[in-house]
Amino acid sequence: MSVAIRIFVPQDASARSVGADAVAAAIPARHSGIPISVVRTGSRGLYWLEPLIEVETPAGRVAYGPIDGGAPEVHELLDAGLLSGAAHPKRLGDITTHAWLESQQRLTSARLGIVDPADIDDYRAQGGYAGLDAALSMAPADIVRVVSESGLRGRGGAAFPTGIKWQTVHDQSAPQKYIACNADEGDSGTFADRMLMEGDPFSLIEGMTIAGLAVGATRGFIYLRVEYPHAARALARALEAARARGHLGRDVRGSGRDFDISVRLGAGAYICGEETSMLESLEGRRGEVRVRPPLPAIKGLFGQPTVVNNVVTLATVPVILARGAAFYREFGMGKSRGTILLQLAGNVKRGGLVERAFGITVNELVYGYGGGSATGRPVRAVQIGGPLGAYLPESQFDTPLDYEALTQRGALLGHGGVVVFDDRVDMARMARYALEFCAIESCGKCTPCRLGSTRGVEIVDRIVKSANGTRAADLALLDELCDTMEKGSLCGLGGMTPFPVRSAMTHFREDFERS
Amino acid sequence: MRPDAVAQAVDAALAAYAKEPGPLLEILHAVQGELGCVPPEAVPLIADGLNLSRAEVHGVISFYHHFRERPPGRVVVQVCRAEACQSMNGDALADAVRQKLGVDFGQTRADGAVSLEAVYCLGNCACAPAMMVDGELRGRVDPARLGDLP
Ligand SMILES: Cc1cc2nc3c(=O)[nH]c(=O)nc-3n(C[C@H](O)[C@H](O)[C@H](O)COP(=O)(O)O)c2cc1C
Ligand code: SF4
Ligand code: FES
Repeated sequence: MSVAIRIFVPQDASARSVGADAVAAAIPARHSGIPISVVRTGSRGLYWLEPLIEVETPAGRVAYGPIDGGAPEVHELLDAGLLSGAAHPKRLGDITTHAWLESQQRLTSARLGIVDPADIDDYRAQGGYAGLDAALSMAPADIVRVVSESGLRGRGGAAFPTGIKWQTVHDQSAPQKYIACNADEGDSGTFADRMLMEGDPFSLIEGMTIAGLAVGATRGFIYLRVEYPHAARALARALEAARARGHLGRDVRGSGRDFDISVRLGAGAYICGEETSMLESLEGRRGEVRVRPPLPAIKGLFGQPTVVNNVVTLATVPVILARGAAFYREFGMGKSRGTILLQLAGNVKRGGLVERAFGITVNELVYGYGGGSATGRPVRAVQIGGPLGAYLPESQFDTPLDYEALTQRGALLGHGGVVVFDDRVDMARMARYALEFCAIESCGKCTPCRLGSTRGVEIVDRIVKSANGTRAADLALLDELCDTMEKGSLCGLGGMTPFPVRSAMTHFREDFERS
Repeated sequence: MRPDAVAQAVDAALAAYAKEPGPLLEILHAVQGELGCVPPEAVPLIADGLNLSRAEVHGVISFYHHFRERPPGRVVVQVCRAEACQSMNGDALADAVRQKLGVDFGQTRADGAVSLEAVYCLGNCACAPAMMVDGELRGRVDPARLGDLP
C-alpha cells in the first residue's frame, strides 16, 4: 500500500470562520486510488488567503488558497492534480517564498501553520522543547539571567522587562509560587495569543514550564478568555500530551522538580486582562482592580509571589533559551529588543500576522504588507494597541513600531494590534465608542472611569450636534475630562481611554466640527 | 427551572471543583454549561457549598457579562461591535442581523428561538466583520448574505 499524501488544513478559528472545516470535510480518504491524510495545523497568518491549504509533495509543501468554494472547489482541485502540486489559478506555490512571509523574522511564531498542534513528537522534531532542555541543565538564577539579557519585555501591553519580574519572584521565599499566563486577549485587532494557543500550544506550555523552573513555581494557570473555545480545546489536548510524556506534572523530565498547568476560563470582562483584576478573577471573585503595591511578583495569586506574563511573552521564552540571549537581542532597535508579533487587521487588503524585528514603520506595515485598505479607498487612520491605543493619521505613518518611538508620538504599541480605517471613518464616533467601551467595561472602582466615561459620551454627543453653540466649550470640557481620567484612575482602562479620545480630537478635529 | 435539575447541576459542579483553589468561576461555568444560565435558585446552593454569602456569589455573577440569570434563546447570536469590525462596516452587519432576527441586542425573541448579544472582539479581526452563531465563528460576513440564522 502506498503512503498517504498529507494535506495540511488550518484548524485556526479565523480560518474556520471562512470555511476551513468545510474544506477539510470535503477531502476524501483517497483520490484516484491515492490515500490522503488530512493534518489540521494552525494558520500561518496570511488571513486574506484563508482557507489556505498545503499539500506535501516530493518538492516540498505546495500551497493553494483561498479555498473559499467549499466541497465543489476541493473536488475541482483534486481533479486538477492537487496531490502532485499541479498548476491551478489558486496555486500559491511554496508559501515560505511568498514575499509577505519571506520578509518576516519568525522566532516566536516559527512553527505556526507548520507544526501539528496536537502532536508532541512533531513539536519536538521541529525544535520544540530545546529551550526546556537547556533550562534543565541550568541553575534557576541563570535562566533568569538569560531572559534578562535577552532584553525581552512583556508583550501584553505594559512592556515591562520580563527578566526583572522573574528576578523579583525568584528572590522571594514563599511556600508556593505561581506562573499566571494572561490569555485574556481582549484588545480589538489582536489575535496573536489565540494563534499561538491554537497553532503551537506546546510553545506556551514550554515557556511556562521554563518560567516555573526559573522562579521556583510549581503551579501555573492560563487565564483564557471564554470567547476562545478552540484555543481551550487545543490547550487541553496539548497539556494532556505534555503530562503523558513527563514534560509536565510530578518530577518534570526527571529533574526532581514539579510543575503543572490548569486552564481557567474568563467570563467576558475586558478588565480581567489587567493583571490584578485577572488575579482576582482567578481567585473566583469580581474582577476588581487591586491597588498596587504590593506587586503581584511579591503578593500575587492567593497572596503568593506570582509571575504574570502574556501568552506571547511566555511563548517567546523557549527560543531565547534554545538559541541564547545574544541571538535574540540582535533583533530590534533601541530598548525594544527582539521581534514583535504585529497583528494587521480591520479595513486592510492583506491582513494577518507579521512578526518582525522592532522598528518597521506603520507605512511598511499598512502599505507594504497590508496593501492598503480592503475597500480600495484611501487609508485615513490606524489605531495601534487596542481600544486604549491612540489613532494615528496618515501623516504620521512614518513612525517606527517600537515602544519608545510610539511613546514620543503620544501613542503606544500595546499588544501589537494595528487596525486600519479608510476615509469613511467618523473619528468623533470612534472617540465616542472609546468612552462607551470604557463605561461598559469599567470595574467600577474609581469615579473618573466609572462616571467620567459616561459623561464623556454625553459630551461627544453634544459636540457633534452642537445644538446650542456650546461646541468650543464642550471640546475644552472633554479635554479636561480626559485629564481627570488620566490622573484619577487606578488602572489603564480609565487612565488610557484618553489616548484614543485625545488623538482623535487632535488629529481629526474636523470630524468633531462637521455640522 | 425544575428545582431538582438546579440542585443536580450545582452538586455536580461542586463535586468537580469545590476542592480547587478559588473555584467560584469554574463552578458558575459548569452550572451555566449544564443549565444555560445560573438561575437565582442556584445562588444559595452555591453559596452554602463554598461557605460564601449569597451576596458574594450574586456579586460575581453580576460582574461578568458572560453569566446569565435567565436561559437564553435556543441559539445565541453574537455580533462583534469592536473597532476592527467597525472598520469593515460592522454597523451594517449589526443592523442586518437585528432586522433578520427581529430582535434587538441584549434580548431574546418572543418565541425563545434566539438571543442576540453584542460582543467586543472575537479575535477574528483580520477576517472582519465577525460574528458567532451558537459557538461557531463566522468571518468576512456579508450583511446581504447572512446565511442560515434562526
Ligand atoms: C485595561 C487593561 C487590559 C489589559 N488586558 C490585557 C490582556 O488582555 N492581555 C495581556 O496579556 N495583558 C493585558 N494587560 C496588561 C497586563 O496588566 C499586564 O501588564 C500583562 O499581562 C503582563 O504580562 P507581560 O509583562 O508579559 O506583558 C491589560 C492592562 C490593562 C490596564
Ligand atoms: S480605572 Fe476603571 S477599570 Fe481601572 S480600577 Fe478604576 S474603575 Fe476599575
Ligand atoms: S474586532 Fe471584531 S473580531 Fe476583533
